[in-house]
Amino acid sequence: MRSWFKSGDPWIWLIGGAVSISVIMVLGLLLLIAVRGLGHFWQPPIVEATFHDGDQQIVVLGTIRTAETVTAQAVREAGFDVPEEQDLVDRYLFHLGNRDLTGRDFQWFIGDFLSEFRYPEDAIMLERREWGNFFGYLQAIKQDGEVIAEGERAFEELVPRLARSRELVDATVRMERFDIGRINFAIERERLEQRRIELNERLDEEERAALIAASQAEVDRLNQEYQVLFDELTILRASGRRDALVARTSDGQQVTINLGDVVRATRANTMTVPQKMREYGARFWAFMTGYPREANTEGGIFPAIFGTVTMVLIMSIVVTPFGVLAAIYLREYAKQGPVTRIVRISVNNLAGVPSIVFGVFGLGFFVYFLGGNIDQLFFPERLPAPTFGSPGLIWASLTLALLTLPVVIVSTEEGLTRIPRAMREGSLALGATKAETLWKVIVPVSTPAMMTGLILAVARAAGEVAPLMLVGVVKLAPNLPVDGQFPFIHLERRIMHLGFHIYDVGFQSPNAEAARPLVYATALVLVLLILVLNLTAIAVRNRLRERYKSESD
Amino acid sequence: MNQANTPATPSVTAGIPNVDKRKQLNLRHEEISMEVRGLNLFYGKDQALKEITMDIPNKRVTAFIGPSGCGKSTLLRCFNRMNDLIDICRIEGEIRIDGEDIYHPSVDVPELRRKVGMVFQKPNPFPKSIYENIAYGLRLQGVKNRRKLDEVVENSLRRAALWDEVKDRLNDNAFGLSGGQQQRLVIARAIAIEPEVILLDEPCSALDPISTAKVEELIIDLKESYTIVIVTHNMQQAARVSDFTAYMYLGELIEYDDTAKLFTNPAKKATEDYITGRYG
Repeated sequence: MRSWFKSGDPWIWLIGGAVSISVIMVLGLLLLIAVRGLGHFWQPPIVEATFHDGDQQIVVLGTIRTAETVTAQAVREAGFDVPEEQDLVDRYLFHLGNRDLTGRDFQWFIGDFLSEFRYPEDAIMLERREWGNFFGYLQAIKQDGEVIAEGERAFEELVPRLARSRELVDATVRMERFDIGRINFAIERERLEQRRIELNERLDEEERAALIAASQAEVDRLNQEYQVLFDELTILRASGRRDALVARTSDGQQVTINLGDVVRATRANTMTVPQKMREYGARFWAFMTGYPREANTEGGIFPAIFGTVTMVLIMSIVVTPFGVLAAIYLREYAKQGPVTRIVRISVNNLAGVPSIVFGVFGLGFFVYFLGGNIDQLFFPERLPAPTFGSPGLIWASLTLALLTLPVVIVSTEEGLTRIPRAMREGSLALGATKAETLWKVIVPVSTPAMMTGLILAVARAAGEVAPLMLVGVVKLAPNLPVDGQFPFIHLERRIMHLGFHIYDVGFQSPNAEAARPLVYATALVLVLLILVLNLTAIAVRNRLRERYKSESD
Repeated sequence: MNQANTPATPSVTAGIPNVDKRKQLNLRHEEISMEVRGLNLFYGKDQALKEITMDIPNKRVTAFIGPSGCGKSTLLRCFNRMNDLIDICRIEGEIRIDGEDIYHPSVDVPELRRKVGMVFQKPNPFPKSIYENIAYGLRLQGVKNRRKLDEVVENSLRRAALWDEVKDRLNDNAFGLSGGQQQRLVIARAIAIEPEVILLDEPCSALDPISTAKVEELIIDLKESYTIVIVTHNMQQAARVSDFTAYMYLGELIEYDDTAKLFTNPAKKATEDYITGRYG
């Protein structure tokens, strides 16, 4: 036994065990997120069952979200009449939809009181723009109030008509977002121009009147253009709402739903596996590229993905030069002594400051002080409405840059230290000055180390949420920070962020059950996004390493 | 102890034609390239060089020998002010190249280093292509003309006897070369900027015997055009390649004379002990 201890084997087992536990935990976490998140987009069968509660009978129609086994005791205490000899009870969480009719779209049912599950073929599930999903039985299709298809033929008729109305609704949204958005933007610009003319003290009364008249003429022209577009839009909207479907709910109500309100319709119980796979792809695509609906509990997360990526990119652009220059100064130019040591210690400790503190600092310094002054100086015509003086993309990026600065400085410094003296001397011996040596030999050779710093910075920044809530990330941003309006990148705009989206959907949502799978799906996207950003940076670094490899590596 | 009359070092110089057969040189008849006058060098409180005074002849090979830590590399690095990089290093005295004191405050150090090239103990190519390694010094001087660069790169590589080995892969990374090739590349890099003096700091200590032989041949070729100073641990090497040899011990210049004379008939006992291997 003693010799076994002396041989070192126990240590190897201990270390090996620790490594395996870590690996299992990481993989398990990823697997959980992946399964839960990706499972959300798979179409489950629509179940019909009869629920007996005493002498009451209700027909239940919906998809089963979860099934679990609980102790009969707990169910009895909740007021259900479960036989005494029974110990365990199955219960099912049904997604019933129809929130507009019944007020709740998820409900638990005790398995003992449910009849056999049936899978009716004419049951349909509608994903709607408002009020969540609808479950029912399709009865007829109407065009301008006239019934044109009933019974079996109704679904066949529904598919092309739904595609048509979706296209029209998309066109409406595009028109609102881009064409009308452009006109609104231009009108706002003219309004600011007029305000600027009024504030300009160098103009006399006549000039001012002339300029304002010119601007007003432009506004009138824009308004006319808007009127034309608005008429077009009205026609488009009406056309999109031409068709409607009639459906019966499980409790027998007859409901008419306009196709303009429906995103997609599925007859889940007749779908084959390839059809389901196609549906899966379409839903996943809609999730990745769509805009959120219904307080973020439905629809896509595109603005959050876009916001996260933009913010991380701007952060990288800011933090790399600052960090690299600081490291070069500290390592190459600063006189090594107590002062440099204190600076270095401070930089290292900056990495340990809780991130929310950076958020508070960002709000106080960047947003209120810097942003407020920028507004005073450059945008007086917009006051009192703030432009840069309120949280926004640029301030979020700068706060993150500050947060990740120590990482970049430390890695770059390490890279600079590792460069062999001989290489420096070789350059100096050829008559290079210190600066020439630095820029032509030292900096290129230490780029892989800088990339390492950037990789760590990106990984930290993309996952950070707390400080961002203070400096520019919001639950729902009306516009993306990049669009077709001059100057194309709007650094002052607020953005959405995947991390904050997870928090918001998961914990601030009124409809927790509906949102839960989205939390997993969003988390999966965030993890994948960080992975992609990191892999890109690592690929770049490896290419640089290959290029600047020396025998010491 | 009474060995001054017997040939002191048959083992060191035996069979080396450079020493045995050529006529003796006399420092007094040489044209002088660099003069060292009363040089003292301190690392903090430790004195590393003590009152060195010597003349380095033009277009000759001068070797510094001596045990480790005797200050020969330190002295060598004084000629191109490489010791400036060490914060605690302090220098007194003068070194004059072509009559000008290189430690005068008005001296442009990069300019000096262009005039006094250096090759280090371990080959230190830059992590760039072979071509760019040679062109580096010229590019620093602002040469952009591609034809001029091509010409200099080829000439330098030819003079360093490396051209035939690398002419087909000039754009490959210099780290792909063998140690001996790298050292010749570094020499080519040094001569590409046409210095007057080349300092060699134990250039062969990291090389195998074949590469060493090639570098030694190269050194003998190069003395046609350059003043060469070489530091070496290998006394046979000093005897083979150098015209003059300086023996240093504990920061002092013990003896400095024509190589043949120093190896066959040293004036000082300490020198004799060292070259016959009785040192320590």
